[in-house]
Amino acid sequence: MSAPARPTTPAATAPAGGSSAVPGSRRSRGRAPLRAVPALAVLVVLALVPYFVGPDETDILSRVLIFGLFAVSLDLLVGITGLPSLGHAAYFGVGAYTAGLVAEHWTPNAPVPVLVAAGAGAVAAVLTGWLVVRSDGVFFLMLTLAIGEITSQLALQLDDVTGGSDGLFGIPTFRIGGEPLRLEGYRYWYVLAVFVITFAAVWLISRSPFGLALRGIRDNEDRMRSLGYSPFRYKYVAYVLAGAFAGIAGGLFAQFNRIVNPSDAGFALSAITLLALVLGGAGSLWGPVIGMAVVVVVRDYYGPDLGGHGPLVLGIVFVIAVYVLPRGFAGLAGLGALRGRRRGAVSAHATDPDDPGSGAVPGTSSEERPA
Amino acid sequence: MADWFSENLVSILNGFAIGSLLFILAVGLSIVFGMMGVLNLAHGAFYLVGTYLAYSLLDDGVTWGGFLGALALAAVFGLVAGGALSVMTEPLAKRPILDQALLTLGVSLIVAEVLSIIYGNDVYSVAPPPGLDDRVDVGDGSLPVYRLALIGIGLVLALIVYLVVEKTSVGALVRASVADREMVSAMGIDNRKVKVAVLGIGSALAMVAGVLGTPVYGVDPGLDESVLLLALIVVVIGGLGSVKGALIGALVIGQVDSLGRALLPELASFILFGALAVVLIVRPRGLFGPRKVAS
Repeated sequence: MSAPARPTTPAATAPAGGSSAVPGSRRSRGRAPLRAVPALAVLVVLALVPYFVGPDETDILSRVLIFGLFAVSLDLLVGITGLPSLGHAAYFGVGAYTAGLVAEHWTPNAPVPVLVAAGAGAVAAVLTGWLVVRSDGVFFLMLTLAIGEITSQLALQLDDVTGGSDGLFGIPTFRIGGEPLRLEGYRYWYVLAVFVITFAAVWLISRSPFGLALRGIRDNEDRMRSLGYSPFRYKYVAYVLAGAFAGIAGGLFAQFNRIVNPSDAGFALSAITLLALVLGGAGSLWGPVIGMAVVVVVRDYYGPDLGGHGPLVLGIVFVIAVYVLPRGFAGLAGLGALRGRRRGAVSAHATDPDDPGSGAVPGTSSEERPA
Repeated sequence: MADWFSENLVSILNGFAIGSLLFILAVGLSIVFGMMGVLNLAHGAFYLVGTYLAYSLLDDGVTWGGFLGALALAAVFGLVAGGALSVMTEPLAKRPILDQALLTLGVSLIVAEVLSIIYGNDVYSVAPPPGLDDRVDVGDGSLPVYRLALIGIGLVLALIVYLVVEKTSVGALVRASVADREMVSAMGIDNRKVKVAVLGIGSALAMVAGVLGTPVYGVDPGLDESVLLLALIVVVIGGLGSVKGALIGALVIGQVDSLGRALLPELASFILFGALAVVLIVRPRGLFGPRKVAS
């Protein structure tokens, strides 16, 4: 188990007294219906938003959800499984190009392009994953980086199919029952629906026995192996699932943005999403969405007002956040729980810096040392 | 064979020149990474600072005074910037490596944006210093003299770094820190100071590489990212924390890039990352990385 693969937010290891086997979890499980209330409230607010904001803001929110979904798919890898990928945009790009081609040449009717994009993302992850999940730590980072760059170069070179550096443009927008979704609000609701379904799927996976095994592998791979689990098989499946979910996000992006460029599969998107994960709190699933929202709003909404210097603000946000929010936005929720009552693993982790599970071990373990 | 050699001699020499530049760029990144586990994503931005330094001092006409002045300034700026970055990462030393990546990428974005605010987004080219701006005939083609000089500079710097790291007591400290940081600090050595020094020198080398690379790659606001990717590939291929690895990795990548472009132009853009993937599959810890990891 390598340090880079360690969870960045212990608060997320067992979010809000989740189903992990720590004292107190039994008690908080009884409150599951109560804890669903904030989630439902957020959902209602999200559904009603188009009535209260302008079309531009609605479009930005759609972008937040699309890239937020991508961040969630990456969180399944990074936060839950402990595999920090620098090339996850490859599967986003594969999904985006696939959905774009499907919408252009076959049907733009929902949900066909997004479903095919999910399949394409999964296939791409099947082909590449068997190789990359064998490595760990920095080397996993670099292999995934190579895969991301090769994918982006492929998109550039196969210009008969992908349009090369001009990108794939003129992609038809979403259609439902043959009717194109011309209004920003309708498009937003479609994106929201796909987001909610996919988010729920990732959430269920992360809570399932399979998801718990993934967390176990993240925290102590040797121990899981000695318990009879095959870390390779679990990591591989997680990698393929993450690829499929990234494909869904890419598929939404293609029909929403209506143009796909090679850079949509490239290093910049992978890196910025990985940082949005750290900013939001990896492993919590919802934290990365907030982290990504900050990135998208600063870059795409305020960016033009800042004379194209949105990245400057992002840089400052990253530098401040790394000191002020050591566990990301998700860590703030952990603090709230701590102040309220010491319940479950959240407070136990948050208060105990010596707990190995809190990621408070030195930046590198034995990883980079020769035996 | 002789024909092939003479046809491609330009590409081969060019590959050595690029390799020299890459070594200067990557050796600091490799040692900092291997030694302190600091993944310095601002390394490419430091290179960019070097190129803009060269541009500012040489824009009105390239003189040896201006060129050497830019090199000296780059070294000083790099030492200060690297030292400052080392101090900034200190509170994060016990946190996961991704947190340091967040910090250094934030710094990188800020540096690149500030440069683009000052200098705009235009692309410039800068001539080599006088006397090195001619071309010489080699094999069937010709090559700028500056690139040959670059090979010489790279070899000299590689020799200096090698001697310092392998033969001096300071170097022994650095190697010991790469091998076992806790043990070094248990012996009463403050490895924060070692880290400040190594990160400072590594960043100085990155900025110096920026000045040296300006006559080759020009001044381009997008260079920070491409240069960082190249340096990361070199470091990973060579193995973390190894001077020899950084040198071999840089030379390999220089050749792969230059010869690849000449012989297989349509595949050129895949070759670099393909080489990275192949090396990692065959030797998962890099060519000169630690053999087996204790778990």
